[in-house]
Amino acid sequence: MATVTNPSAASTGSLTAKALREATFTAVMTFLMFALFIGLKTDQNMRNELILVPRWGMLAILVVIAFVGRFAMVAWLQPWRTASKAAKSAAPTVDEDAGFVKRNFSKLAILALVLYPPIILWIFGVQGSLKYIDNFGIQILIYVMLAWGLNIVVGLAGLLDLGYVAFYAVGAYSYALLSINFGFSFWILLPLAGILSAFWGIILGFPVLRLKGDYLAIVTLAFGEIIRLVLINWQDVTKGTFGISGIPKITLFGIPFDASPNGFAKMFHLAPSSAYYKVFLFYLILLLCLLTAFVTIRLRRLPIGRAWEALREDEIACRSLGINTVTTKLTAFAIGAMFGGFAGSFFAARQGFVSPESFVFLESAVILSMVVLGGMGSLTGIAIAAIAMVGGTELLREMDFLKHVFGPDFTPELYRMLIFGLAMVFMMLVRPRGFVGTREPTAFLFERKAVSGAFTKEGHG
Amino acid sequence: MSAVAKPMNNDAILKVEHLSMRFGGLMAINDLSFEVRRGEITALIGPNGAGKTTVFNCITGFYKPTMGMISMHQEGGKSFYLERMADFEVTRDAKVARTFQNIRLFSGLTLLENLLVAQHNALMKASGYTVLGLLGFKSYKDASKEATEKARYWLEKASLIDRADDPAGDLPYGAQRRLEIARAMCTGPELLCLDEPAAGLNPRESQELNKLLRSIRADNGTSLLLIEHDMSVVMEISDHVVVLEYGQKISDGDPAHVKNDPRVIAAYLGVDDDEVETVRHEVEEGAN
Repeated sequence: MATVTNPSAASTGSLTAKALREATFTAVMTFLMFALFIGLKTDQNMRNELILVPRWGMLAILVVIAFVGRFAMVAWLQPWRTASKAAKSAAPTVDEDAGFVKRNFSKLAILALVLYPPIILWIFGVQGSLKYIDNFGIQILIYVMLAWGLNIVVGLAGLLDLGYVAFYAVGAYSYALLSINFGFSFWILLPLAGILSAFWGIILGFPVLRLKGDYLAIVTLAFGEIIRLVLINWQDVTKGTFGISGIPKITLFGIPFDASPNGFAKMFHLAPSSAYYKVFLFYLILLLCLLTAFVTIRLRRLPIGRAWEALREDEIACRSLGINTVTTKLTAFAIGAMFGGFAGSFFAARQGFVSPESFVFLESAVILSMVVLGGMGSLTGIAIAAIAMVGGTELLREMDFLKHVFGPDFTPELYRMLIFGLAMVFMMLVRPRGFVGTREPTAFLFERKAVSGAFTKEGHG
Repeated sequence: MSAVAKPMNNDAILKVEHLSMRFGGLMAINDLSFEVRRGEITALIGPNGAGKTTVFNCITGFYKPTMGMISMHQEGGKSFYLERMADFEVTRDAKVARTFQNIRLFSGLTLLENLLVAQHNALMKASGYTVLGLLGFKSYKDASKEATEKARYWLEKASLIDRADDPAGDLPYGAQRRLEIARAMCTGPELLCLDEPAAGLNPRESQELNKLLRSIRADNGTSLLLIEHDMSVVMEISDHVVVLEYGQKISDGDPAHVKNDPRVIAAYLGVDDDEVETVRHEVEEGAN
């Protein structure tokens, strides 16, 4: 009867007991597991003898962490989660009006990006702003653009492309080689680099048309590596691993950004600084990103975009409806590659130097994980993922205070991949469909309802 | 069937001649010939494994037949040899649409989007192969509005209009079947091939389906070819039945004729060949 009259007290008591029991068990397991790994360390002494160095302190810390962690999980986290779940399911599902911020999110985001350079300039001054505009702003926006480009191939058409960085490389080298050898300006080479990349997208597309899933992924991966190896080994043209340096800067309708008398700084009577060029580059890449977003949004409402999404859902059904899946896939590859090419030529112009080092497989993987983390097909989600991933990396460089915690030898950016991996595993556990797990329909009769990620498919290849 | 008000032009819309399909050592279809007449509902029936779906896949271009000819004769007088065409061309040019035995909807797209995808080729042309549409030309906007109206018409006809903006994967099974038929109709076919449209439907849904199929034929002038197991559906709506067994035609005629054909009864009940005569005897006695 006592348990019936006062269930909460009884359950609290049993919960603590249960938590203690489980925590003790976990601590013992931790001790057994790490006793030899962490508790003992083999070392050599002065006489070159193998000795065992006990590290009981560290072992004790681990055991305590395991104990406290398990206790906290059982005693507090789990009841809290079940309670919040119950509260969620109990709450009536009222469609509350989305707030002002939510409704106008993209407009506000664009406004914030447009205002970003002046605000940074105002806060940090001309020289101090360099880091924020270049490392954070431009760097992130390049990746946003790349991820949006890849989104067309992976997120919309459902074709898993692990070699996307190849098109980025084609764009970058197109700009580098053509501007150095023929002296063409950026404004001619930008579309040209896009066209060349699209062309290579089609070249990749043809052999992989019949492939699906893992096979498609492997072949695209190989394609990316082939491009990189050609860049390394075709030394007469690409100068191999030395890379190409001295790539001309972009001019603003003929006004160069340098200290010359007719340069930008002199013309507007400003103190010469490279910051103006960076601000200019920031707005340029912002424009390119907006172009990518605009084209993607428009394409989704056009038959070709719908055909891409239909292709992701069911290829055989597509063919039964009279859709030529060959041209549909090729256009997806070509348009995705084209944006990669734009980003590549911008990258070459911004760095002034390109080498095969910049186009390794890791870049493809990072761009792909942005698309997956963001939620396939969602531009907003992908942008957030790009900011988190690139911005997070840059932030690690800034975390000097960690040196005080872990000692002067600690370089946080070396832990980048570890943190990446952990963050990704965590994200995929919490939100398996990415930041934005729903799909916006491209047309509606009565009201626009987001499609739950449970219904959309990831594509078959 | 009730008397048809207007005189039907009963020439063949689809002719299958000496069709054979071999998978390795298995002869799935063996020298099959039959016709689908314009404006009629033709049913293709037969026991499991008789080769019905293989015939469908040959007609719609998903398989290339080993031998034989399949010709499609359109209302306008154009003819196509379907065995020479790629699967998507069969729908796009020859105007033969199909559905699938295991429903193949775009489950993550809304109902409306499903029907818009089906109008891909018309919209593609209107959008100037994407270029004009990307630049926001009016011609695409008009075509898009028209396509939406067509989709609305078919949603209403399939009684799915209330759920137009829901994902297709969220629909119950019977509604998914109707949506797949509506989607196939949005391609503007002259011949609609349905692979077991009544499979898994309850009697009420089955009735709704019959109504939909009849109205497709009456209002849209589309000829139908359907594979069906459900005899009540076949007998109720079809004008012409072709029976297959082991890849060969064993009977061909109107439903009443086929129903009483001893070979059909034998095929469905599983009687040995030498017993067919006995069955025929019984049937004739029963008829008298």
